[in-house]
Amino acid sequence: MQKEKPVYTDFAVTARKYKTLLTKKYINRKQWSNPSPYEVQSIIPGTVLKIFVKEGDIVQEGEAILILEAMKMQNRIQMPFTARIKKINVAEGSRIPKDSLMIELEAVETEQ
Amino acid sequence: MTLKKNILALRQKKAIVEKGGGDKAIEKQVAMGKMTARDRILALLDAGSFHEYDLFVEHEERNFGMDGKELAGDGVITGTGTIKGAPICIYAQDFTVMGGSLGLKHARKITKIMDHALRMKVPCIGINDSGGARIQEGIGALAGYGEIFLRNTMASGVIPQISVILGPCAGGAVYSPALTDFVFVVENISKMFITGPNVIETVLGEKISQEDLGGARVHAEITGNAHFYAQSELECFEQIKQLISLIPHSNQQKAVSEEPKKPKSGKNIENIIPSDPKQPYDVRDIIYALTDDSKFLEVHELWATNIVIGFGRLNGETVGFVANQPLYLAGVLDCDASDKAGRFIRYCDAFNIPIITLEDMPGYLPGVDQEHAGVIRHGAKMLYAYSEATVPKITVILRKAYGGGYIAMNSRHLGADFMLAWPSAEIAVMGPEGAANIIFRKEIMEAEDEDAMRQQKVQEYIEKFANPYVAASKGYIDAVIEPMETRDMILHALEVSKNKDDYRPAKKHGVPPF
Repeated sequence: MQKEKPVYTDFAVTARKYKTLLTKKYINRKQWSNPSPYEVQSIIPGTVLKIFVKEGDIVQEGEAILILEAMKMQNRIQMPFTARIKKINVAEGSRIPKDSLMIELEAVETEQ
Repeated sequence: MTLKKNILALRQKKAIVEKGGGDKAIEKQVAMGKMTARDRILALLDAGSFHEYDLFVEHEERNFGMDGKELAGDGVITGTGTIKGAPICIYAQDFTVMGGSLGLKHARKITKIMDHALRMKVPCIGINDSGGARIQEGIGALAGYGEIFLRNTMASGVIPQISVILGPCAGGAVYSPALTDFVFVVENISKMFITGPNVIETVLGEKISQEDLGGARVHAEITGNAHFYAQSELECFEQIKQLISLIPHSNQQKAVSEEPKKPKSGKNIENIIPSDPKQPYDVRDIIYALTDDSKFLEVHELWATNIVIGFGRLNGETVGFVANQPLYLAGVLDCDASDKAGRFIRYCDAFNIPIITLEDMPGYLPGVDQEHAGVIRHGAKMLYAYSEATVPKITVILRKAYGGGYIAMNSRHLGADFMLAWPSAEIAVMGPEGAANIIFRKEIMEAEDEDAMRQQKVQEYIEKFANPYVAASKGYIDAVIEPMETRDMILHALEVSKNKDDYRPAKKHGVPPF
């Protein structure tokens, strides 16, 4: 019942490539990338309620960076380790999806 | 004379309630491209077979302006009837009555007909077309949903439960269909989601249409929540009739037999599969070459297309097919395919339908997304389902049977009753290229011409191991058969499995990897 001759793709399963069709879901799958510790991403979609830091600040591990309100819960996002705030990609009031890059960090030289 | 008057009064009373939400609401329903709840029931059931109950049930809500508000049948039509002669229970939500919203009495009408279906051991069909919970009734509506879910669960595996989504079905309402065996959707009409586009936009600022979020196509193709997809309501009803005629009407019955028929003389079964194991073909052509009249009712036709499941008849009796589909993703097993096949196997087992497994797959789909999506847990569903099933289980290895997938596809080791293999079968721990690279790594690396040596070793491996005879020599394969013999061998296997009695340890229930 196929209207035209389908175009098969080379599809590798272990060491062999098979001729086959791909599904939409497979084509649209999310590519994995190694998460950088210097990127603070949203773990849940929500609204940025308050930002406590400015670009250039050196913030200690465990201090609050911002409040992300999601599902009626105010989540306090903390500094994962002591670092400098390199770039803030959100503003108070912005609604963001999951996995969006909120804040970029930069290493600080530890003083001897 | 009074009786005559009473009869006339009854007719009048019925005529009013049968109008549902009235002419204006019906006009709106039709303008949306939808049939009315009553017309749907009449179109689905055998002519003249529908008998309605609880026509005069009324809601009891007194708050929020509901006092004295008349809702015909409280927004749902319930009753019994027949489909191709088979008795069934049915309910249809009436969108013309307050948006088909579910209040306590509406729910109680549904649970009453469900209880009836379970006692009488007949299939239960629910037509969903409802805006959701009737907010005015508050907790009463939630109680109603809960009482339906409980019955869905009690009836699961005892009677077939079919959900037909012919309108919105949102929030808590979606969980009744999700608990039933088969969900039918229709293009442009069905909409299912837990939280609708409005909530998503308010909370997240993401704009999406109802259709893109939870339309028929989405559930048939992406989520797998729907088992059957149709372009129109009438096509959908034809699919339901076909399904009802194929499946047993309770777990204590067998499906109604039909006159045995030979497959149509279509493609020669020997010419369907390319001899090059890297080339694809449509495994449904093999199924058509095996089934009576070459008929096959595919379930989940659009979702996880790398595995094919569905019902057909062999010598007039219903069987379930599970077949790898090399046409898509080379027929690999992945999360969705395992999920799809696992549930189907459990359905067949619950309803005494023998399972025919057709195998041609290169293994599990490699990839971070698969691993992180839990392919271990999902893949295990299939192992569990096959191992647990006590119905006759017959496997035919057509071509590739590699690695973990070989075990998963109803192998002897999981309890297959009959293991048949075509001479083209390659049963091995992995594909020849991969295996040769590992086993002969040293020889290949030390060779002057690595590629030539690799080719030679791959060839050696193919000749020695990529065939059915190693497995046959160990008794893991019962018979190596010619493709032309396949149907007769399966028919015979079914014949001698008729009184199959399989032992399972006593337990309350297992703990499958849901």
